[in-house]
Amino acid sequence: MLDHLPVLQVVVPLFGAFLAALTRRPLPAWIVATGVSVLVFAISIGLLQQVLASGPISYEIGGWDPEIGIEYRVDIVNAFILVLVSGIALFIAPFARASVAAEVPEDRIAWFYSMYMLALAGLLGVAITGDAFNAFVFLEISSLSSYALVAMGKHRRAQMAAYQYLVIGTIGASFYVIGVGLIYAMTGTLNFGLIAERLANVESIAPIVAALSFIMVGIGLKLALFPLHVWLPNAYAYAPSMASVFLAATATKVAIYLFVRFLFSIFGAGFVFADLPVTEILTVLSVAAVFGAGAVAVFQPDIKRLFAYSSVAQVGYITLGIGLATQTSLTGGLVHVVNHGLIKGALFMAIGALVFRAQAFNFEEMAGIGRKMPLTAAAIAVAGLSLIGIPGTVGFVAKWYLIVASVEIGWWWLAAVIVASSLLTVIYVGRVVEAAWFRTPSREVAEATEAPVDMLIPIWILVAATIYFGIDTQLTVGVAEQAAASLLAGLR
Amino acid sequence: METEVTPLAEPVATVAEGLALPPGILLIAAGLLLLALRGRLRDGVILLAPVLALALVWLLPEGGALGLPYLGYDLVLAHGDTLSRLFGTVFTIAAFAGGLFALRQERHAEMVAAFVYAGAALGVVFAGDLVTLFVFWEIMAIASTMVIWLAGPKARGAGLRYVIIHLFGGVILMAGIAWHVSATGSIAFTDLTESPAKWLILGGFMLNAGAPPLSAWVADAYPRSSWSGMVFLSAFTTKTAVFVLMRGFPGEAFLIWIGLYMIFYGIVYAILENDIRRIFAYSIVNQVGFMVVGIGIGTEMALNGVAAHAFAHIIYKALLLTAAGSVIYMTGRSRFTELGGLARTMPVTAACGIIGALSISALPLTSGFVSKTMITEGAIGEQMFVVWLLLTAASAGSMLYAGVKFPWLVFFSKDSGLRPTDPPTSMRTAMILLAVLCIGIGVVPGALYALLPTPVDYVPYTGPHVISKLQLLLFAGAAAFVMLRWLRPGDTVTLDIDWLWRQWPVRAAARAPRRTPVQATSEAMHAAYQRILDIVYRAHGPSGILARSWPTGSMAFWATLLLGAFMLLYYLG
Repeated sequence: MLDHLPVLQVVVPLFGAFLAALTRRPLPAWIVATGVSVLVFAISIGLLQQVLASGPISYEIGGWDPEIGIEYRVDIVNAFILVLVSGIALFIAPFARASVAAEVPEDRIAWFYSMYMLALAGLLGVAITGDAFNAFVFLEISSLSSYALVAMGKHRRAQMAAYQYLVIGTIGASFYVIGVGLIYAMTGTLNFGLIAERLANVESIAPIVAALSFIMVGIGLKLALFPLHVWLPNAYAYAPSMASVFLAATATKVAIYLFVRFLFSIFGAGFVFADLPVTEILTVLSVAAVFGAGAVAVFQPDIKRLFAYSSVAQVGYITLGIGLATQTSLTGGLVHVVNHGLIKGALFMAIGALVFRAQAFNFEEMAGIGRKMPLTAAAIAVAGLSLIGIPGTVGFVAKWYLIVASVEIGWWWLAAVIVASSLLTVIYVGRVVEAAWFRTPSREVAEATEAPVDMLIPIWILVAATIYFGIDTQLTVGVAEQAAASLLAGLR
Repeated sequence: METEVTPLAEPVATVAEGLALPPGILLIAAGLLLLALRGRLRDGVILLAPVLALALVWLLPEGGALGLPYLGYDLVLAHGDTLSRLFGTVFTIAAFAGGLFALRQERHAEMVAAFVYAGAALGVVFAGDLVTLFVFWEIMAIASTMVIWLAGPKARGAGLRYVIIHLFGGVILMAGIAWHVSATGSIAFTDLTESPAKWLILGGFMLNAGAPPLSAWVADAYPRSSWSGMVFLSAFTTKTAVFVLMRGFPGEAFLIWIGLYMIFYGIVYAILENDIRRIFAYSIVNQVGFMVVGIGIGTEMALNGVAAHAFAHIIYKALLLTAAGSVIYMTGRSRFTELGGLARTMPVTAACGIIGALSISALPLTSGFVSKTMITEGAIGEQMFVVWLLLTAASAGSMLYAGVKFPWLVFFSKDSGLRPTDPPTSMRTAMILLAVLCIGIGVVPGALYALLPTPVDYVPYTGPHVISKLQLLLFAGAAAFVMLRWLRPGDTVTLDIDWLWRQWPVRAAARAPRRTPVQATSEAMHAAYQRILDIVYRAHGPSGILARSWPTGSMAFWATLLLGAFMLLYYLG
C-alpha cells in the first residue's frame, strides 16, 4: 500500500470526482470532497516523510520502464508542493459547504465538487509526474475543470472571464506542448530524468532554445507571469468564492513548480542561467509585475480584484527568486510559494465569508465590517501583515531571503526595489484595513453577523500558520533550502 | 544563506544563575491576556505584569541567554548587561505608572496595545543581536500606531502618517542590517561606527529618536493619542532609539550637531505652541536632543549622563503627561488659551505638575539636576566650549517653556472659570508615585548612579554646581515672567516641516488670486506631482490600461510577442 502512495495521490481525487458526480446531491458530494481532501493530505504527508527519510521516490506506472512508460517521481521539491496543495484542499473543505451552497445553484453543486476534485487531481498530477507529456495531460485536466469552476460564478461576467481563461489557458498549453514536442524530437524521450541526461549530448542547440522559449511562455501564461497575467484578475474575481480560494492558493503555485522543474532540473541551471539571459529577462518581468500589478491593486475598488492583482505582484517576487538562481534566492522564492499559498488561501476565504454574510465585494459594501465581523476582518489584517512582510510572519522570511540574495550578488538596487515595493503592499493592505475598521458601517454591513465557525476555523488555522512559520522557520526554510539545493544540483 | 555566518559577540551562556526569561515577552503576553479579562482581574494583571517584568529584568543573568535558531542565525532573545538593565528598569516603571494611570481608560484595547508596545521596547533593550532587535523594533512601531489610533477618529490621519514614517524607518533599518550582516557576517549588536552600513542603520535609529528632517512626527502624532495613551508613547519609542544609539554609535561626532538642532528645534516650537501636549511632544525632541549630544560626545562621563538623563527624563516626562492627562480628562480641554487657574480645585495635580516642571528645568533636588548636568559636564571634559555654552543656554530654554509656561498658564494665570476636581484615585496615585520618584532621585542621586553603565565619581551637589544652576534658573525664570506676555500663545497654528507633506499639496491646489513667486513654484510643483499621479492613475487606475479586462485577442498577441522576444534574446544572447 505504502509503495503505491504516489499513484494514489492522483487516483483518489480522480475517483472522488466520479463519485461526487454520481451522488448528484449537495451534501453527499461535499462529504466525498471532504473525505478526499483528508486522504490526499495524509498521502502527501506520507510521501514527504518518505522523501525526507530515504530520498527521492520513483514509481513506474504499471511497471513500465520510464523509457516507454510513465514515471511518477517525488523528490523534496514536489513533495513540498504536494503538501501545500493538499493542505489547502484540506482547509477549504469545511469552508466550502456553506459558501458553495450560497453561491452555486443547488442542482449544480455536486457537479461543482466533481469539477473541483478533477482540478485537484490535475494539480496534484502535474506536481507528481516525472513525464513531460503526462504533465501536459494533467495541466489540461486541471485547467479545463478550472474553467468550469470559474464559469459557475453568479456574476454575469463570470462566463466571459471563464471564456478568456479558456482561450489563454489553451494557448499556454499549446505552447507548452510545442516545446515538449521539440524536446521529444531532439531526445526521443518524455521522461524528465532521461531528457535531462540526453539534452547534455544534443549537438544542435537551436531547437532546444526554441523549446525553452515555448515552454517558458506556455507555463508563464499559467503562472500569470507579467504581462501574461491578464486572465487572472477576472477569473479570480468572478469565480465562486470557494473556487477563488482554491485557484488563488494552488493553481499558480503548481505552474511555478513546473516552471522551476523545467528550468533547473530539465534544461539545467548551467544552460539556462549561465548561457542565456534568463536572469535578466525574469528580473525585468518580475520587477514590472511587482510595481505594475502592485500599483493597480492600490487603485482597485473591488476587493477580490485587488487581491488578484496582488497575486500577480507576489508571483513577481517568486519569479524574482527563481531568476536570480542562487541558493538563497531560490530558497526565498520557494518559501514565498508556501507563504503566498497560505496568505491568499486565508484572504480569499475571509473575503468569501464577507460575501457570505454581507454580500460585500467592494470597499463601499465592506465599510465598517470590522465591527460586525471582527474575527474575519482581523484575519484579513493579520494575513495582510504577512503579505507586507512584517517580521514575525512568514512573509518576512521570504522577503529577507530575497533581499539577502540580491545583496549577495551585489545588486543593491534590487534590494531597494524589493523594499520599496513593499510600500505598495502597505498601501493596499492599509486601504482594506481602513475600510474594514475605520469607516461607518454600510447598510449591508449593519445587519451582518460574524462568519460561521466552520468558516472561521480554517481561516484562522491558515492565519496562525503564517505566524507560526514566521517564528519557527525550521520546517519551511529547512525544506525550501533542501529543495533549492537539489534543484541547483539538477536531476542527475 | 550559508550557515557559517553565525558567530555571536559572546557565546550563548547556559543559564548559570538567575532566570533567563525575556521580560519583554512577558509583558507582550500579559498585554494579549488583557484581551480576555474584565474587571478586577484585569486591573490586577495590569499592575502585576510590570512588577513581574521588573523582577525578570533583574533576574536576567549577565550576558546572552535564551538562544533561538532562526533563519540560520542563533538569535539571542535576552541579553542582560548594566545598560539594558537600567533601561529595562525605567521602562517597567513607566509601564506600571502608565498602566495605573490608565486604569479608568474606557477603551480597553488601548492597554493591550500599550503593553505590547512596552514589551516590544523591553525586547529591543534586551535584544542580543540585530535581527531580534529589528523584530521588536517593528512590533513596537505597529503597537504604538495602535495606541494612537485607539484614541478615536481624530487620530486617524496622524496615526497613518506616523505608521508610514515608522515603516519607512524600519525599511531603512532593515536594509542597513541586511548590508551589515552580509558585509561582516555577524549579527552581533556591538559598536557599529565602523560598519559599512553605518549610515543606513544610523538613519533608521535616528528616525525613531525624532531627528531632523522628520522630527515633526512626534508633535504630529503623540498629542492625538488619548489622555492616557501619550504617557506610554512618550516613554518608549524615542528612548529605545537613545538606547540603540548608545550601543551602536557612541562618540559619533556628527550626532552632536544633530542633537543640538533637536534641542533648539524643540525649544522654539514648544515656546510657540498653544496645546499642552504638543508642548510636551516638542519637549521630548528637545530632551532627546540632549541625550543625542551626550552620545555624540561619547566620553564615559557623557554616556553615563545620557543613561541617567534618559532614566530621569522618562520619569518626569511621564509625570508631566499624567498631570496634563489629568487636566484633559477632567476638563476635556487641552489649549492654554482655554485653561487657567486650576490650582485651587486641582491641588494635587498642580503640585505634581510643578514638580515635573521643576525636574525638567533641572532645579537642584530634582531628578533633572542630577542627570542633565552630567551631560554638560561631559562637554566641558572634552573642551567643547561651544557645545557647553549651547547646552547651558538650552537648559535655560527648557525653563521657559516647561518650567514656567506649563504650570503658570494651566494652574495659575487668568481664571478660566473651570472648577474641576482632582482626578480619581488611580490617576492621582500614579502622579504621586512619579513625583516621589522625581524628588527621590534628586535627593539621593547615588541610587541612580549605582545603575549606570560605568562607575561614577561625579558629585552633583557641589557649591559651584548648585549656585551656577540656581543663578541660571533664576535669571531664566525672571526672564520668563518678564516675557510672559509673549509666552502666552495666541490661538494660532505654528508651521512645522510636516507642512510639506500635510498641507502643501492642499494649499497649492487652492489657487490664490494673486500669485507670488513662492505660490507659483508651489503650484508648479503641485502640478508636477498631480501630473505624475495622473500618469500612474491612467495606467494603473481601475480603468487604466493595466487594470482593464483586455480583449482576448490582444492577450494572445502579447503572448506571441513575448515568445518572439524570448527567442530573439536567446539567440542573440
